[in-house]
Formats: sequence, structure tokens, C-alpha cells
Amino acid sequence: MTSAAEASHGQGRPLIAAHEVEKIYRVGDQEVRALDGVTLEIEDGDFVAIMGASGSGKSTMMNLIGGLDTPTSGHLEIDGRDIGQMSSDELAALRNKTLGFVFQQFNLLPRTKALRQVMLPLLYAHPRPADMEAEARRRLEQVGLGNRVDHLPRQLSGGQQQRVAIARALVNTPKILLADEPTGALDSRTSSEIMRLFSDLNAQGITVIVVTHEPDIAEWARRRITFRDGRVISDERQLPRINEAAQ
Amino acid sequence: MTVLDSLVVALTALRSNLLRSILTTLGIVIGVASVIILVAVGNGAAGEVNRQITALGTNMLVIFPDAMRVMGRSSAAGTALPLSEGDLNGLRDKIQGVIGISGQLDESAPVVRGNLNWTTSVSGVHGEYTFVRDWPLSEGREINAQDVRTAARVALIGQTVAKQLFPGENPLGAEVRIKNVPFQIVGVLSVKGQSAMGRDQDDLMLIPITTARNRVVGKSDVQVDQVGRIYVKLDEQTDIKTAQEEMEILLRQRRKSGPNNEDTFSVRNMAEFMRARTEVLSTLSYLLGATSAISLIVGGIGIMNIMLVSVTERTREIGLRMAVGGRKRDIMLQFLVEAVTLCLLGGLIGIALGIGIAWLVAYLASWPVAVSPAVIGGAMGAAALTGIVFGFFPARRAAGLNPIDALRSE
Repeated sequence: MTSAAEASHGQGRPLIAAHEVEKIYRVGDQEVRALDGVTLEIEDGDFVAIMGASGSGKSTMMNLIGGLDTPTSGHLEIDGRDIGQMSSDELAALRNKTLGFVFQQFNLLPRTKALRQVMLPLLYAHPRPADMEAEARRRLEQVGLGNRVDHLPRQLSGGQQQRVAIARALVNTPKILLADEPTGALDSRTSSEIMRLFSDLNAQGITVIVVTHEPDIAEWARRRITFRDGRVISDERQLPRINEAAQ
Repeated sequence: MTVLDSLVVALTALRSNLLRSILTTLGIVIGVASVIILVAVGNGAAGEVNRQITALGTNMLVIFPDAMRVMGRSSAAGTALPLSEGDLNGLRDKIQGVIGISGQLDESAPVVRGNLNWTTSVSGVHGEYTFVRDWPLSEGREINAQDVRTAARVALIGQTVAKQLFPGENPLGAEVRIKNVPFQIVGVLSVKGQSAMGRDQDDLMLIPITTARNRVVGKSDVQVDQVGRIYVKLDEQTDIKTAQEEMEILLRQRRKSGPNNEDTFSVRNMAEFMRARTEVLSTLSYLLGATSAISLIVGGIGIMNIMLVSVTERTREIGLRMAVGGRKRDIMLQFLVEAVTLCLLGGLIGIALGIGIAWLVAYLASWPVAVSPAVIGGAMGAAALTGIVFGFFPARRAAGLNPIDALRSE
């Protein structure tokens, strides 16, 4: 992280602001309190790891930040807007413009070339960029797959597939990159490569939020928030693992 | 996401399940093909019938002795009274508006010219025959009243007979023989073409009816004043229905048959007869139309079924599309476009199949067919509508998915 980037962040309103957020699911006649009054803020440009066991509420928090769901009560502001007040179309636009998703299972479309995978969010953008192909190509080059544009998912390794997914998440120049267990399906070496890529992207100014249950993945972040039973039980800053590639 | 983008996605999805896509469209294929066939054949036949009605003339009646409809003349002689010169003269004198009348006594016989011979229908007629039938000559002169009175051995020939017996030659004035009786050809009829039944109307020879009775039709087969059937032409002012009734009354009186007796003749309005045939055809068309409507509905249900399967199979993809910014209407549009594409592909195959079969019918049954662009457009429209109607429910289901559940689905 450069000091210049550091200086530009952390000023004015936080990028993500949760205030007493509750999320209650109804399973049959049972109420499941997935989030039980979460209050936290995430500054623009930060690199956050959200940790916790399964059922701790970390995935629910992730879905809310991702604009895929709305809180039962409380307020959640993303980039200055309360997602509880947004229509389904406005949420779709938020996901399209402000957020980029990376999933554990990559979620690439079968029988679709890498270039078209990456173009997908651009097809849903309003207005559309003039040259969608060039933009997608540029992002594939950014994640080191400039020579794989015409490959199908099954012709790529797991790490490469996740890179395609990252290029797809980046193509609309989002403010926030949301990664849900991004290394869960990868071996440790490839995992490090992916985390290094996130670290690089964060250094370029993108806010990165990684949901994980693996401590050595969380080491790459500069802030570690831990959930248990729908509450934040710890929130600490840490020295991130050194990004060897940047040095 | 534009319609065009959705189309690309739809084609990719359909191609990846090619066999399933093709099987799914079968209902649409059959529906559209039957629409094309029924309209092509129906239109072709209706056009032909209309042409025939015009060719017949609208103000013409034909009187048949009833036995003719059952069997040949000879076997029917005892059961039905043949029409006679007396009947013909009675009709000419007593019925208002008759401007032309002629008998037609048919016999099939070989016509010989030198070493060529051709078996054709030899018809004995009166002098007004070609006028009544609206059938001008292409060359030569008519058979006139004098010829009929004197039982002259003169003949008019149709174009087919001319071609068969006089290939590349002028038949006028030439001599032909029927049953060893020499006839002089005095005229050639103009082309009449095929009848609605596919019979070649130009394959005939006309001779004076008196000559036919004396020399061509066997003596035992014919009464001295028999005229076969009678063609009557009425002027334009005369109501054809009224004239028809008057004729029936007159013929009944001449036969001294009471109102309870069955008629031994029938008076037919040829134009109406043709129209009745058209009505039969259109009833048939409704039947085929119902068949194709049912096919389209069944096909549509098939499309709906497979689209629901597709939505289930691609739940994750739908979730992803929502996560990267796809709105409900984008998802909806995509699946609608996919259903419509499936139907239109079926429609295209159906049109090709339909035209192919219509063409085959035209070729094998020499039945006239007419495929119009309007019908093709209509068939495609019906296919597209089927896609929209039956694609709507699966598309709405896809659009209504919760993105989180969709992304988590296996």
C-alpha cells in the first residue's frame, strides 16, 4: 500500500457502514437470527478478512454487503446509499457498478470463452462502454491471462478459472471486490497466487473484502473481523502478509 | 442486455443441448408444417375451382339424366328416362331468358388418321354448343344448324387431339375416321386446360349430335331423339334459381311425374356445384387448422416443459447473472428470447417441411398448390406467439429466483 493511496482513503464517509444490522430468516416455523445487531464501518481502500465458523453469520453479512439481500432491521449503507431503501433494479445496478463478486466455485458459464465470461457484467451495464471486448481483454491481461482469451473453462486450471472470475469482477471498475472463500477450491500454492493478486489490486486502490475460515488466507488482509453467532466478536488491524511480488 | 445479446446466449444454450432442442421443437414443426400444407393445398384448390367457375360461365345450367350418374347409358335405359330433343326444344321455347342450348351425347371412340389413331371422347352436340360453353375456336368454323339438320360428317377437335393426330400440321380440312366413317375437320377448339378433377378437357372431338346418333353411338344404345345431357345458357338478367325451378317443373310435366315421384333428371347449377366443392375443401381446412392449432398448443407445452427444465439446470447461471447486475427483466427477457428462438427454429423447419410436402403433393397428385409469403409470415408469427405464451411462465420463474439461493444451488 502506498502512502499516497493511504492518504486519500479514510476521509469523509466510510464506504460501507452497518448500524445495528439484523437479519432473521424463517425456516419453517423457526426463526434463525443470522445477524444479531452488527455495527461496523469499512473505509475505502481497506483490505478486510471476514472470519468465522460456518453459521457464524459471515456469509449473511457478505450477501448484504453484496446487495444480494436486504437487512431485516438496522441500516446498511454502501457507497452512501441505504440498501434497505433500494429497489430490486437499483440493487442490480449497485452490484453491476460498485461491486465485483468472486466465488468459491468460480461460477463461470460453461461453454463460454474467457473473453465473453469477462464481458458479462458489461452486457448488463447502463450505459455500455463503447468497446466491451477491449475492456475485457485488458482485464484478462491484468490478471495474467492475456493469452487465454479464447479458452473455455474446462481448458483452464482451477487457478486460471478463478483469475477469469476475478477479471470478470473487475471489468466494471468496481469500488469493492467481494470474495467468498475464493481459495476454498484451490491448492495452497495457487491460493497464495490468488491472494497475491488481491493484494496487488488492493494496492491499486480497490477495497477488498474476503470471507474465509482459513487463518493463513486472512493473513493477507490488513483488518480481520471475526463473527460468531451473528455478532462481531473481534475486529483488529494487523500487519498484512508481505506481498513479495510488489517488492 | 439487449435482445441480440439474449439471442446469442439462447443459441449457445440451445446448441449445447442440440438433440433435446430439436426434439422439443417437433410439436411446433408439425404444427407449422400442417398450417403451410393446408393453406397451400387449400388455396391452390380454391384458386383452381374459382378459375373453373369463371371458365364455366356463371349463368349456365346443366341437366343430367339421372341414370348417367349411376352407370352407363345402356344399363340405365330401363331405369331412367333419357333426355330428348323434345325436352330440349321445350326448354328453349318455354323458359324465359334462354339464349343458348345444346345437348351433348358422349361416346369414347378411336379416331384414325392415316396410320395414327387416338382414342378420345367423341361428343355429339348442337350448333350452339361452343357459344353455350364459352369455348371459342382457335381456327376454322363452328358446327352450324345446317350440319345438325343434315347429319353432316364434320368435326371440331380439341387441342390435345390436334397434337396427337396432326403433330406439326394444320388439321383444317383434313379427314379422320371414326368407326370407319370419314369426318372432315372444319375447326379447332381453343385451349381449355385441366378440369378441377385433373381431366384434360382438350382431349375431345365434337360432331353434330344427329351424326353421332346415326353413325357413332351404337343403334341399340341410343334412342332416336336422345340428347345425353343438356347445357343451357341464360342471359345475365335471368335469375338462375328461378330458371332452375321452372326447368324442373317443365321436365316433370313432360314426364308426367307427380310431385311425389322421384325425378329422373337433375338440373345443376355448375357454378354452385363448384362452390359446394370449395365448401367441402374449407371444412377440410378447418379440420386441418384445428389439428395444427392443437399441435402448436401441445408443442408449446413441450417448450414450456423444457424451458422449466432449463431454468432448473441453469439456476446457478441465473444467480450469477443477477450477481453481476442482471435485473429481473433481463433474466425474463433472456428466457423468453430462448423460448421464442426455439419456436422460431421449429417454425423454420416446419415451413421447409410444409413447402416440401406441398410441393410433393403438387407433383405426385398434380394438385395445384399455392404457398404465399403471407402464410409463411403468419406461420412464423404463430410460432413466435407460442414461444411468448408458453415461455412466459418459465421466464417469470427464472426472474423470480432469489440470487443467493440460486448461487448456492447445485
